[in-house]
Amino acid sequence: MDVIIENLPAYWDGFLRTLFLSVVSGIIALIFGTLLAAARVSPIAALRGFSMTYVEIVRNTPLTIAFFFAAVVLPRLGVTFQQFEIAAIIALSAYTSAFIAEAVRSGVNSVPVGQAEAARSIGMKFSQVLSLIILPQALRTVIPPMINILIALVKNSSVAGAFYVLELFGTGRQLANANGDAVLWVLVGVAIFYLLITVPLGYVANLVERKVAISR
Amino acid sequence: MTFLTRRKSLLVAASAALALSLSACGGSSSTTSPPVAEKPSFAADTTMAKLSSAGKIVIGTKFDQPLFGQKGLDGKPVGFDVEMGKLIAGKLGIPADKIEWKETVSANREQFLKNGDVDIIVATYTINDKRKTEVDFAGPYYEAGQALMVNKDNTSITKPEDVKGKNVCSVTGSTPAGTIVEKYGAVLVPAATYSACLEPLRNKQVEAITTDNVILAGFVNKEPDAFKLASDQTFTKEPYGIGLKKDDTVFRNWINDQLEAFAKDGSYKKAWEATAGAVIKTAPELPAINRY
Repeated sequence: MDVIIENLPAYWDGFLRTLFLSVVSGIIALIFGTLLAAARVSPIAALRGFSMTYVEIVRNTPLTIAFFFAAVVLPRLGVTFQQFEIAAIIALSAYTSAFIAEAVRSGVNSVPVGQAEAARSIGMKFSQVLSLIILPQALRTVIPPMINILIALVKNSSVAGAFYVLELFGTGRQLANANGDAVLWVLVGVAIFYLLITVPLGYVANLVERKVAISR
Repeated sequence: MTFLTRRKSLLVAASAALALSLSACGGSSSTTSPPVAEKPSFAADTTMAKLSSAGKIVIGTKFDQPLFGQKGLDGKPVGFDVEMGKLIAGKLGIPADKIEWKETVSANREQFLKNGDVDIIVATYTINDKRKTEVDFAGPYYEAGQALMVNKDNTSITKPEDVKGKNVCSVTGSTPAGTIVEKYGAVLVPAATYSACLEPLRNKQVEAITTDNVILAGFVNKEPDAFKLASDQTFTKEPYGIGLKKDDTVFRNWINDQLEAFAKDGSYKKAWEATAGAVIKTAPELPAINRY
């Protein structure tokens, strides 16, 4: 127990970095994932093809590979960055977008076809049908799976600890090396700090769900 | 006929290529055959007398520490530790081919000595007080220490003071990582293993990698065109000793005498130049023997 209290500053540091990675990647993934879903249902075949290929490849590849690509292969290709947080954000948001896209797509499918047909019949363009009629309804229905994905994102960010970013998990490893006699408590501390992010996230989800839920 | 000759020439080419690649693997780790003492005499009941009359010795070393103890494809370990073992065996009248090499890793060394699985251990074995309660150490015969490895074309880093404010890769939570940050103000890029540090260095995302010089020398030995040691100087001290069974003071003193003799007659320097000297150019002086 002492080991957690003594190392609170280190934990806090790691906690903030985990939070930063999760929030930034989460926002990027929500935007990019929704765009991917929109591309998936768009009338343009090339967009549909791109979206499907992207989702299928990224969703079915381990996150570690995405990290390896962002942190090691990209620099080899000439895209270098001095901050490995950037690599982590690229990997996490690219990976999470694929899941967001699928969640949004399932939401789109849940909107009755009649809605889109009605919208088209009063002369709306595809972009209007999507942004005014379908997506607002679709996004509301997919809040629970979306939150699941975001919680997974917070936990997935721990992979960054193996790719040169000293976030919560990396901090835990550092503390475990320094306190070989109290590894268990070090890990308990790491778990507590993760819960500090993920449990409130679940509560927020419930709140939002109650606010925006639509009954069919 | 033509078929046969062509096949033969292919075979020749293939074996030549194999020989080439084999010698490339070994790098410059050539071996020496130290002199073997003719019928040395020892007081009865000493470990020396026992080993000498048996005509063979079991020496523990690492098989995966390039330049110090590494077992190649031919099954013969090479490196500075191995040379030290050969020199000592020679003084006992045991030729190099009568030495049985046994792999010892960091976790099993004390136990092997206690069980009598090995007679001595020469395996980048740092002398410390905790280990001294379980085994005895002759030496030190070499003082390793923390060093910096940089890209071959880097000339801006030659001493630890040069990394202030720069990205340096090391293993999360390791002692060298702590030293470079707290004492020299580097920005730590934490990795899970030292080999994981190689890519960021190659990509110039970090300026240097830091840990014990012998580990770094192993990396340089593998890729001499990509990396180099920033300097032959180290900035911490890790004395390597020769491990032997606890309380065999006569044997320990005898090995200590031999180490001093190797330093005097030049065989110590020769062993270095044939092995680790390929990367760490400055031949070390034998550290002051710790006779406790």
